[in-house]
Amino acid sequence: MVRLGLIVGGIALVAAMWHPAEDVRTIEIGIEHSRFVPGTFTVKPGEKVRFVIRNDDPIDHEFLLGDENVQQIHENGTEAHHGAKPGEVSVAAFHDAETTFVFDEPGALIFGCHLPGHYAYGMKGTVTIE
Amino acid sequence: MRRIAAITVGFLVLFGMTSPAWACGGLVNPNGTVSLLRTSTFVGYVDGVEHYVTSFEFAGGGAEFGSIIPLPGVPTKVERAGDWTLQRLVQEVAPPVRDLVLEQAAGAANFDSAKVLLETRIDALDITILEGGGDEVGRWAKENGFALTPDAPEILDFYAARSPIFMAARFDPSAAAEDDQSVGDGTPIHLTIPTPNPWVPLRILTLGVGERSLVEADVFLLTEGRPQMLPEPVIREDDGMILERSVEASKLLLSDLRSDKGMDWIPASDMWFSYLRINTKAGDLSHDLAIEARGIGQPSPVAAGLVAPGVSASSFPEIESQSAEGGALLWLVLGIGIAAGSIWWMGRPWSASD
Repeated sequence: MVRLGLIVGGIALVAAMWHPAEDVRTIEIGIEHSRFVPGTFTVKPGEKVRFVIRNDDPIDHEFLLGDENVQQIHENGTEAHHGAKPGEVSVAAFHDAETTFVFDEPGALIFGCHLPGHYAYGMKGTVTIE
Repeated sequence: MRRIAAITVGFLVLFGMTSPAWACGGLVNPNGTVSLLRTSTFVGYVDGVEHYVTSFEFAGGGAEFGSIIPLPGVPTKVERAGDWTLQRLVQEVAPPVRDLVLEQAAGAANFDSAKVLLETRIDALDITILEGGGDEVGRWAKENGFALTPDAPEILDFYAARSPIFMAARFDPSAAAEDDQSVGDGTPIHLTIPTPNPWVPLRILTLGVGERSLVEADVFLLTEGRPQMLPEPVIREDDGMILERSVEASKLLLSDLRSDKGMDWIPASDMWFSYLRINTKAGDLSHDLAIEARGIGQPSPVAAGLVAPGVSASSFPEIESQSAEGGALLWLVLGIGIAAGSIWWMGRPWSASD
């Protein structure tokens, strides 16, 4: 009886400690000639995405994800470097960078680069959440 | 000479007051903003050598700035040009004679890093001749304090695919102050570039300006014969690449030019003078100017930046059509005797070496 209890308890303990591997999707985005490639993609609500951004340009860039309001704040902002907030990261010339973001609600978000002149040049893309 | 000096002052006041400098290149300053005003370039082509003359103008202030100019080949000499060659050319065509009867019948380099081929200092300008692909030149520029605009990677690749040679010029304001340079003082640069395939960089003028911005530039050509050009310039229009003057160079003009410092390479006679005025939106200036200097062949669509190296121009009917049109006039002049040959020639597909 004691042995059975230990087995059941052990199973319960293992079950309590075991977590299935977190489901994180990886999306790779290239940057060439100050353009994101791909420039559009679709995710599901609640999906956690790890963005791997590869900058093949000889100049620095940014990957800043958010709605129109967030983009406007960055366009007028003065932060020299990004990386602390989810979905925001600076990418040095010829380097890779990563950032992770959880998409909550259905809708659409924008990702862009807000170094001087880059956003106006067309360095932006869209994420559809559906 | 007094007359030339007066015109020079007027020219500088008109085109140079609000910008730290001008030259026929992309201006890039440390904060990424770019002010591109009217530029002037003189290209002479004699005995297979392109002579490229442009000028950088000091307009006061303490900001450093840089300029990047793509070149069709490796210069054998980079030196200070004569003091007034560009102004003399402006005098030759100013004011433009709009009713003038024109005599014209109506694979990318791959380097680990940009290689520095030549460094020199001319007045307050540090000149560096670079060899490398677009990425490598961009990396060099970034490492050397040039703040490249977002269109720079594409434009550098555009040029590097055809000629991996660039000139970077950095203006040192403190040196200018030490030299007592005044606002409006220009530093003319003369590059001697042996090349069988002359072209004039134009798209670089769009670097850092919005595609709706107006690009204005003057291009003066001096060639041994009436040149064929690609794209073919327009005449009697206000927009685009406008051929304002196409005449046999006068002996007075040649004599004046030859008398400037370092300009004795210009023949005393039998030269053709062309003046092109660029007046177009940056978004429409996606090409350069290719020249067939003797006027007996066709300019290269690749050199004009209309066709990427290795791509057949037959994929671009409008280019092939334009080239064939220009060639037809030539064959008429040469006579029916070579008609059969010309038909064969015009019908052959373009290749990268064209």
